[in-house]
Amino acid sequence: MKRNARIQYLGFGFLYLTVLIAVLALGAIIYFITANGIKVINWEFLTQVPRRAMTRGGVAPALVGTFYLTVGAILFALPMGLACAIYLTEYSPRSAVVNVIRMSINNLAGVPSVVFGLFGLTVFVKLLGFGVSILSGSLTLGIMILPGIISAAQEALIAVPQSMREASLALGATQWQTIRKIVLPTATPGILTGIILSIGRAAGETAPIMFTAATFYTRGFPKSIMDEVMALPYHIYALMTEGTFPERQTMIASGCALILLFLVLMVSGLAIYLRQKSRKYELA
Amino acid sequence: MNLPEEIRIQAENINFYYGEKQTLKNVSMAIFKNRVTAIIGPSGCGKSTFIRLLNRMNDLIPNTRVEGRIILDGQNIYDPDVDVVNLRRKVGMVFQKPNPFPKSIRDNLSYGLKINNVRDASSIDDTIRRSLEEAALWEEVKDRLHESALRLSGGQQQRLCIARCLAVVPEVILFDEPCASLDPISTKRIEELIEQLKEHYTIVIVTHNMQQAARVSDYTAFMYLGELIEFGPTEKIFTVPEDKRTEEYISGKFG
Repeated sequence: MKRNARIQYLGFGFLYLTVLIAVLALGAIIYFITANGIKVINWEFLTQVPRRAMTRGGVAPALVGTFYLTVGAILFALPMGLACAIYLTEYSPRSAVVNVIRMSINNLAGVPSVVFGLFGLTVFVKLLGFGVSILSGSLTLGIMILPGIISAAQEALIAVPQSMREASLALGATQWQTIRKIVLPTATPGILTGIILSIGRAAGETAPIMFTAATFYTRGFPKSIMDEVMALPYHIYALMTEGTFPERQTMIASGCALILLFLVLMVSGLAIYLRQKSRKYELA
Repeated sequence: MNLPEEIRIQAENINFYYGEKQTLKNVSMAIFKNRVTAIIGPSGCGKSTFIRLLNRMNDLIPNTRVEGRIILDGQNIYDPDVDVVNLRRKVGMVFQKPNPFPKSIRDNLSYGLKINNVRDASSIDDTIRRSLEEAALWEEVKDRLHESALRLSGGQQQRLCIARCLAVVPEVILFDEPCASLDPISTKRIEELIEQLKEHYTIVIVTHNMQQAARVSDYTAFMYLGELIEFGPTEKIFTVPEDKRTEEYISGKFG
C-alpha cells in the first residue's frame, strides 16, 4: 500500500514537472520577445513605413501584409476545407477512392512548408501568372493550411452524434437541410478550433511566402491583391540576415516578433470568442 | 374493439439483410389506424429494425437490403419513385434516447416548420403551443421557450422530442423504445401521453418492457430471431397466446 502511494507520488511529480517545463518554455518565449521587442514599439513603429535601410520608421506595411495574407489564406482554405470535409464525412461512400483521398490529405499535412513555397512559385506565380503577389501568397498559405482545416472540420463533423442527423431526417428534412441547419451549427466550435490553429500557422510561416508574395521592402501599402507585400515573418528574416546595423535590426526584429505574437493572439481571441458564442446552447 | 379495423400500414413479406446477415425473415403485419401497436421481443429480435423500416430510417445504414413491400396509402414506400422526405413527414419517429437539437426549446419545435418553409410567425407560435400542449409539456416550459432544450430533464426532453414530431403533423408516429432511458415517473407520463395521442394518430411502439406493451397497446406483435411469431389483440397475446414461445417470453422464461 505504502509502496503504491509512493509510486503514485512519483508519477504525479513527473507529470507536474513536464507541465512546468512546458509552461516555463512558453513563459520564457513570451518574456524574451516582450522584453526585447517592447523597447522599439511605439505609435510610429506601428503606423510608419520603414526608413533609412529599415533602421528607422516603422513596420506598418509588414503588419498589413501579414494581415492580408492570413485573411486571404483563410478565405480560400475555409470554404474549400469545409466543403471537402462535408463531402468526406456526410456524402462520400466508404470506398477505396475515398480512402485514397483521406490518405492524400493526411500526407499533405506532413509536407514541409518550403515545398509549398516552391509549389506556389511554380503554379500560382509562374503558371497562372499571378506573379509575386498577395494572391499567390494567400493561395500558397491556403493550400498549406488546407489539410489542417479539413481534418479539424472532419473531426468536428464526426463528433456530431448520429442521433442529431436521425432526428432531423425523421422530421422530413432533406440531407442538405440536415447538414446546413443541424450538423454544421453543432460542429462549429470544433471547426473554429481548427481555424484558430491554422491562423497561427499561416501568419507565422516564412517559407511559403518567400517566393510567392513577400518582399524585403516596399515604400507604401499594397494597393491591390496583385501587389507584392512585406510580411512580418519575412521581415524578421530579412532584418536578421541583411543590412549593416545588426544591433538595431535585431531590436526591430524582436519588435516585429512581438507584434506577430500579438496579432495571432488577437485573431485567435476573436475565434475563441466566436466559439464560446456558438456554444450557447450546449450544456454547461 | 369489435368494429372492423382500418389498416393504415401493411407490411408484406419483409426480409431485411445487414450485409450477408438476414435480420428479418418474411415479416407480414398490419398496423391499424388510431390504434397503438406494440412490438415486443428479446434484444436482437429485429423489432427496432422493423420499426425503422416504416419511415425508411434504415436507408442511412450502409450495406443493407430490403425485400418485400410496405404499403402506405396504396403505395409501396420502397418504390423507387417515393419521396422519402414526404414519407418521413407523414410517418414521424421518436427515438430511444431523447435527441433534442442543441438549440432553444422554441427552435427545436420550429425546425420542422422552417424546413417546410413555414415563415409566418403567428402560425409558428400557434404550432409550438399546440404541439407542446399535445405532448403535455406546455405548462412546464411556456415561460422558458428560449432556453436551451438540453437544460430540460430526460423525461422533459423526450416529451419535447414528441412535441417536435407532432409539430409537423404526422399521421403515424413510431416510438422506438421511447422510455428506455427514463425513470419510472417520466415513463408513466409518456405512456399516458401515448394513450391520448392514439385518438388522432396511429402509433407503433417498440418496447422491451412487456408491462408497458400490456398497458399502452391495443395490438401486440411478438418477434423472435427476426421472425414475427405472433400478432393479435394485446389482451389475447398476454392471456391466451397461441405460440409456446410467446407464452414463455411473456411469462419471463427468457428474454
